[in-house]
Amino acid sequence: MKNNKFLDNLIIILVFIFLFAPIVVLILFSFNTSKMNITFEGFTLEWYKKLFTNPTLLDALKNTLIVAFTSTIVSTIIGTISAYGIKKYDFKGKNIINALIYIPVVIPEIVLGISLLCIYTLAKLELGMLTLILSHICFSIPFVIISVRSVLDSLDDNLENAASDLGASPIKIFFKIILPSIMPGILSGAQLAFTLSLDDVVISYFAAGPGSNTLPLYIYSLIKTGITPDVNALISLILLVVFLILTISAFISVRKLRQEALS
Amino acid sequence: MKKNNYLRAIFVFPLIIYALFLIALPLLYIFIISFFKSDSYGGMIEELTLMNYIDLFDVVYVKIFLQSFLVAIITTIICVLIAYPFVLAVCHKSKKTQKIFMTIVMLPFLTNSLIRMYGWIVLLRKSGIINEVLLRLNIIESPLSLMYNFGAIIVGMVYTLLPFMLLPLYSSVSTINKSLLEASYDLGASKFKTFKNIILPQTIPGLFNGALMVFTPALGYFFIVDILGGGKIMILGNLIKNQFLTARNWPFGAAISMFLIFITFLLILVYKKLGGKMDDLGGA
Repeated sequence: MKNNKFLDNLIIILVFIFLFAPIVVLILFSFNTSKMNITFEGFTLEWYKKLFTNPTLLDALKNTLIVAFTSTIVSTIIGTISAYGIKKYDFKGKNIINALIYIPVVIPEIVLGISLLCIYTLAKLELGMLTLILSHICFSIPFVIISVRSVLDSLDDNLENAASDLGASPIKIFFKIILPSIMPGILSGAQLAFTLSLDDVVISYFAAGPGSNTLPLYIYSLIKTGITPDVNALISLILLVVFLILTISAFISVRKLRQEALS
Repeated sequence: MKKNNYLRAIFVFPLIIYALFLIALPLLYIFIISFFKSDSYGGMIEELTLMNYIDLFDVVYVKIFLQSFLVAIITTIICVLIAYPFVLAVCHKSKKTQKIFMTIVMLPFLTNSLIRMYGWIVLLRKSGIINEVLLRLNIIESPLSLMYNFGAIIVGMVYTLLPFMLLPLYSSVSTINKSLLEASYDLGASKFKTFKNIILPQTIPGLFNGALMVFTPALGYFFIVDILGGGKIMILGNLIKNQFLTARNWPFGAAISMFLIFITFLLILVYKKLGGKMDDLGGA
């Protein structure tokens, strides 16, 4: 096959530069002595120390993590149960429900955001952590269902039938046979839910109230006045954690690929 | 049999509650209030009217719709132009390298999109890094205005939405049988001809999946336009946000939202006609 290796590498490098430029810049400026974030003057670790004395920032980080973890756990559980429920059972309106779950995936986030806002107002729910978590659960569940379903569909039905013939109860079958076999789908669904939650700006914008500031919303309010380098420092720390997690998961999957190649 | 019903309830009940109360009801409500009248105090009068939909055809709003579509179309086209060469280049590598590269590509998207937009401000503004470098290299004499214009919005949109094009395109290109390509080259077909006759037809569902997941969000991402556009340009997302939070004309905001939903459904119909599967849309 005729490949131009040089051209391939050039394209890959250019795309990588485009993708990483804004992030590298943020990390660089977290070590900058200048407070104005404009030109690089000298190296300092001051902002990393300052970070822990900025209560608004820490509060926003705490809220972000609470929302991300709670919504991921709830949507992973509901999503997994539902994916199995859709596959195994028939119920009234199944087709409609099956179509409805694609809506949060495809409609623009702003439409979902404002329609949830309207419902919260209608139900007289005060905007805050609860509504924020509800909104995040709302857009995460479909992704978990889709992710679990793709593994569930490749599962051998005979496995379940054999267990049933041998007298295992349906509950036992779900926990002992189904759940372990669909674990990869559940985990990638949970990872997706968690990422989506951390990344969301639009839906949170309409679901958050006073006292439920999350990191993105805090940064949004700062962008107009100017971001201080301690925010850069926090971003850099978050990136470091994300990078570590990804390196580990990439390492594991590469090893798995190698084992598959050997066997 | 009774026991089976009880089990079915456990597995199906949460889903039904979720789909009804967090999806169907909110959309139904938006649909209903889009026919309401608004009073001048930000409230709603429960009388049915078509005025909100008629107002959509006002010149001011039509201009915003056109602007919105222009942003979304250009964003989608640029995403395709970046994603195709990149994905093809990556697929020439070994499986292991492919896995590593695709992981690296996803890395920036695990941080919040607003944070990355801020990175672009630092790069693009008058006293930003790009201007600084160009000035020091004596390429330019005075700083360029790279921010607060149409181009900056496109950069922000492409940057934020690129992975939604890269992922489906990668999964469809990586499943193309390599011997087909080899056969095509062996028979003397040029690179372009091979792309047009073999790669493109086989990746149409992936391509349209990506286009759908880039185009529709691009109509709504008001924060990118706010931050990088500097208030000069408005898209549908800004308009909806303003109707709900500043102008407090919920019925009109709801009508614009219904218009956006309508466009989305049209695109999904095309996607399904082209042989796309719904589950692939959520496989990001």
